[in-house]
Amino acid sequence: MSAAKTDRNRLGRLDSFAVYAVAYLVFLYLPVLFLPLFSFNESIYIAFPLKGFTFEWYEAMVSNAGLIAALTNSVKVGAVVAVLSTLFGTLAAKAVTRYRMPGRGLTVGFIMIPLVIPEIILGIALLVLANMGGIPLTLFTIGFAHMLLCVPFSMLVMISRLEGFDKSLEEAALDLGENAWWTFWRVTFPLAIPGIVASLLLTFTISFDEFILAFFLAGTDTTLPLFIWSQLRFPPRLPMVLALGATILIISFFLVAFAEWLRRRGVQAEKTSGV
Amino acid sequence: MSDTTFISIRGVTKDFGVVRAVDDVSLDVQRGEFFALLGPSGCGKTTLLRMLAGFEAPTKGEIFIDGQPMSAMPPHQRPVNMVFQNYAIFPHLDVRGNIAFGMRKSGLSKTELNAKVEETLEMIKLPGYAKRGANELSGGQRQRVALARALIKRPKVLLLDEPLGALDKKLREEMQLELRALQKSVGITFVFVTHDQEEALTMSDRIAVMSKGEVLQVEAPMRLYERPSSPFVADFIGTMNFFDGSVRALADGCATVDTGPLGEVRAQAEGEAPGVGERVVVAIRPEKMKLNFKAQGESVNSVQGRMGPAAYLGERSHFYVHLDGHDRPVAVAMQNMERPDVWAGQSDQPVWLSWSQDAVVLLRPE
Repeated sequence: MSAAKTDRNRLGRLDSFAVYAVAYLVFLYLPVLFLPLFSFNESIYIAFPLKGFTFEWYEAMVSNAGLIAALTNSVKVGAVVAVLSTLFGTLAAKAVTRYRMPGRGLTVGFIMIPLVIPEIILGIALLVLANMGGIPLTLFTIGFAHMLLCVPFSMLVMISRLEGFDKSLEEAALDLGENAWWTFWRVTFPLAIPGIVASLLLTFTISFDEFILAFFLAGTDTTLPLFIWSQLRFPPRLPMVLALGATILIISFFLVAFAEWLRRRGVQAEKTSGV
Repeated sequence: MSDTTFISIRGVTKDFGVVRAVDDVSLDVQRGEFFALLGPSGCGKTTLLRMLAGFEAPTKGEIFIDGQPMSAMPPHQRPVNMVFQNYAIFPHLDVRGNIAFGMRKSGLSKTELNAKVEETLEMIKLPGYAKRGANELSGGQRQRVALARALIKRPKVLLLDEPLGALDKKLREEMQLELRALQKSVGITFVFVTHDQEEALTMSDRIAVMSKGEVLQVEAPMRLYERPSSPFVADFIGTMNFFDGSVRALADGCATVDTGPLGEVRAQAEGEAPGVGERVVVAIRPEKMKLNFKAQGESVNSVQGRMGPAAYLGERSHFYVHLDGHDRPVAVAMQNMERPDVWAGQSDQPVWLSWSQDAVVLLRPE
C-alpha cells in the first residue's frame, strides 16, 4: 500500500514539476514570440486583433540608412571586441592554469572585478577618464569599455576549457621535441577551439547588445542598441524595430545552436578519449 | 661512476615549497638497462622521473645523461622521451598524427615518414592502424601508440610513468613481457616508475626502492627479494614475517639470535654482520616456512604454534599460524600442488613451523 502511495506521490510531483516547467517556458518565451508576430502585422499599433500580413516593416528596416549604419557599427565593434578579448582571455587563462606565478589570485581578482561593478558606475568612470584625458568619444571608446567587460567572461570560458583537458598533453608535446610556441599551436590551440568559439560568440553577443557603457561613451557614431533606443520615441517606427528584433532573434537562435553543436562535439571527443 | 654508467643522478633534492619530494638521491643507471623506480605513492619516484624528463628542475644536485649535465637543458632538447601515465594521446590527431608528432624536424619526406610510421606500427603490433582516430583505441592500444610515439624518436633513454597502471591484470601481464622483449630488441635504456612490486620484479634488470624521497636500496630483483637491506624494503617487496631479537653468538658466518616467540634462530651472517648483543629484526619469507603437522626433532629454527585462518589464492594458499607471545600471526605460503587439504580449515590444531638457516634474513631495526 505504501509503495502505491509513494508511486502516486512521485507521479503527482512529476505533474507539478511539468506544469511549473511549462509555465516557466511560456513566461520566458511568449513575450519574445510577440516580436516576430507583430513584425508581420500591417498596423503600426502593437495590439490585437492582428490586421493583415506584410513585409513592409522589413523593407523599411533594410532601407533605413541610420539603422544599417548602427548595425554596421555594432558588428564592427562586436567583432573586434570578440577577437581581442578572446585573445587576451585565452592568454590569461593559459597563464592562470599552467604556470605557478606570484600574485595569481590577486591578478585574477582584478581582471574579474568589472563583472561585479555596476555598468553605470563603470560608464561614468570611463566618461570622466575620457574627458580628463581629452580622448574623443568614438567607436574606439565603446570598444575599449566592452573589452573591459568581455575579457573576464572570455577568461572564465577559457579557464574551464583549459582545465578540461589533461596538462600532460602539452608536456607530451614538449617531450616530443616541440618548444612552447609550437606546443601551443599544435596541441593547446586545437584542443581549445571549442572554448575559443564559445568565447567569441559570448563576447560578441555581450558587446552587440550592450547599452549602458555605449550610451555614456558614444560619440557621433551610434551602436544598434542606442539606435533602437532612439527609435522608440517615434511610435510609427516601432514595427520596424520589431522586424529588426525578430531578425536578430532568428540569427541568434542559429548561432547558439551552432555553438552548442560545437561544444557537444568537443565534450563527446573527450568522453571517448577518456581525457 | 663506471664506463657503462649512462644516467648519473648526483645528490638530487627537490623541494615543493616546504615539502621535500626527493631527498639527496644519488644513483647510476647503466647503458641499455631496464631500471625500475619502485615505491609507494608519494615516495618521490614520479618527481625523480619528471626531473629526468625536464618537467621539474632539481632544487639541488645534477643529473647527467650520457655525460651531459641536464639542468640547463629544456625538455624539448633532452635526449629522452616519455610514456605518460595516462598515455597523453593527442585526441585531435589520428594514430599516424600521434606517432609522427615528434618527427616534424626530422627532414623526412612524407613518403619516408609514412613508411617509418608503418614500420613502428609493425613493431608495436598494430599494423594498419595509422588512420584510426585517437578515440577509437582501447587502453592497451593507446599504451602501444604512446610507446611508438616515443620510440620513433630513437631516444637515448625512454622514461615510463606507471606504464601499465591503467590496464587490466591480464593485459598487464602480457604487456610486461612484451615491453621487456621490446626493450631488449631496441636496446634503449628504460627507466620506469611503478608502485607494483611484482611488475618491477618481472621486468627490471635493477630496482631502486624509494620511500619518503630517499632511495633505500638498489639491487637486481632476485637479490632484492632474497636479501633486502631494511625492514621497509623487505615488507614492501612481497610479504615478510618479522620477529625482534638480539644476537647471542657469532661463529663461522653463522649468527645465533634469541627471539621471544621463535626461540633460538640460526641465521647466515654475511656482509656487515651485527655484533654480539645487538638488537636485530629476524625476517623470514612465508614460502620459506615449512608447515608440519608432527613435532619436529630440532629445537633450533623450529617452533610450535596453533593453526589460524587460511586464505585460498588459487595457485597457492596462505596459512596463518598463531605463536605464543607474538601478536601478529605468521604467514606461511604453500603451493596448492602440495597443500595438505585434509587439514586445511581446522582451526587451533597444533602445528610446527620449520625453516632452513639461509631462509633467515637479519635486518637492523628501523
